[in-house]
Amino acid sequence: MARLFAQARFIIGALVFVLALAVALPASAQRNSDGSVNPTASSVKEQQLLGTLQRGGSINGRVSIPDQKSANLIHPGGRDWRHFHEVTLRWIGGIAVLGMLIVLVAFYLIRGQVKLESGYSGRRIVRFNAFERAVHWMTATCFIILAITGLNITFGKPLLLPLIGEGAFADWAQWAKYAHNYLSFPFAVGVFCIFLIWIAGNIPNKVDVEWVKRGGGIVGHDHPPAYRFNAGQKMIYWVVVIGGTLVAASGYLLMFPFYVTDIQGMQLAQTVHAIIAVLFVAAMLAHIYIGTIGMEGAFEAMGEGTVDHNFAREHHALWLEQEMARTGPNESQRQPMATPAE
Amino acid sequence: MARMKFLCDADRCIECNACVTACKNEHEVPWGINRRRVVTINDGKPGERSISMACMHCTDAPCAAVCPVNCFYTTADAVVLHSKDLCIGCGYCFYACPFGAPQYPKVGNFGSRGKMDKCTFCAGGPEADGTQAEYEKYGSNRLAEGKLPLCAEMCSTKSLLAGDGDIVAQIYKERVTRRGYGSGAWGWQTAYRETIAS
Repeated sequence: MARLFAQARFIIGALVFVLALAVALPASAQRNSDGSVNPTASSVKEQQLLGTLQRGGSINGRVSIPDQKSANLIHPGGRDWRHFHEVTLRWIGGIAVLGMLIVLVAFYLIRGQVKLESGYSGRRIVRFNAFERAVHWMTATCFIILAITGLNITFGKPLLLPLIGEGAFADWAQWAKYAHNYLSFPFAVGVFCIFLIWIAGNIPNKVDVEWVKRGGGIVGHDHPPAYRFNAGQKMIYWVVVIGGTLVAASGYLLMFPFYVTDIQGMQLAQTVHAIIAVLFVAAMLAHIYIGTIGMEGAFEAMGEGTVDHNFAREHHALWLEQEMARTGPNESQRQPMATPAE
Repeated sequence: MARMKFLCDADRCIECNACVTACKNEHEVPWGINRRRVVTINDGKPGERSISMACMHCTDAPCAAVCPVNCFYTTADAVVLHSKDLCIGCGYCFYACPFGAPQYPKVGNFGSRGKMDKCTFCAGGPEADGTQAEYEKYGSNRLAEGKLPLCAEMCSTKSLLAGDGDIVAQIYKERVTRRGYGSGAWGWQTAYRETIAS
């Protein structure tokens, strides 16, 4: 009886094994037409993988070396980034920077300098204290160097390299890169300080709507009233704060490659950094223009820290009233302990 | 002149990593840099394949296009080389490269990535062939000695092929015809805009 039972168990076991084989076989050993086994029936094919690839995706695998970036076998997305860097960015940058220069030159030729209409009164009022000016000029100096060295990465090869040769250009580009990386730190600190010291005067309000409606007095001889900062200045402020933050954040991603993100993230960081940067440069060209040759008496505000009473009356009438109310009309020089208006 | 190409026959690669080791040894590649690596796709699953990958010496190379200092050049053998004297270590070639070939000796703090290093197809650099200066920067120049890249030369299964693109493609085609299958010339579509029918 026990023997019979053992036999039955053997037969059932064998049947189950054969059944399992019969199920498994078609999947593991597909045969060619001539009967030979095709061991590659289920193998991955490059064409299939490339075909199913998402835009910006890559064919990944496993590597046995520590550098896990190298597990990225094929990444066709580099081609899109290349097109951005070599073509799109040059167009965006060229149009933004050259376009702004052309607009400014044309504006200067047509409109000319915005004159101080009532002339210099000789009485001065403090507009920016020493700390504010120090922050401004630190940020500005860094920005100019960052802008030149940054534009060099995109436009140096087609414009400067043919003029000075490969060796000299590589030396310059190397130093430019160091300057770009290191000066980013004081620049970022400067942007943060700017955000803090001038935020009070830069919240948009109703006066700005009126100011914008009257065109800011840019054309003609209108002088719409403004507090410490008019709508145009507020725009520059927010360009610096928001643009500066984005440029710094994307820049630090590039400076510490692959710490936070992967190859796609690095390409995106470079794209964002470059686009914001060229627009930033264009905006700052306008700022530099209006702060120097564009408007009589404007540079003094950031140069020596004071402006003429008539300048304040024409461009920042409401601010002048506030200051007068605070310090009294006979006090021509306000105490340097300045706090932002409003 | 020949148009040099790599071809990795994934159906033969056994992921022994000898090509990686041979390359590191031949060129005294700095610590942490792998000019060549073996990537295993679908690891542990049916149809797993390993592919040895390095710089593919692309036609119209993306690295050369995006380099801000023009440090890349293509030799008469269509090998893409670069000058470490000109390189500023910006890392852009890595962003553009479809194969992750460019490597940097330092891991990028404060812009000190160092000079980029990559596979030279055993063809050295811009220095005079076989000089000590060339060896120190780029490794040995086997092409100038009439030899082909060491990784392929010592591949035990002859999976990795290196040499004149037409001859390499011919060998691969014959293999595919004879054995009846092939998973494709990995990277060729991306690097040369051509594939070998299989």
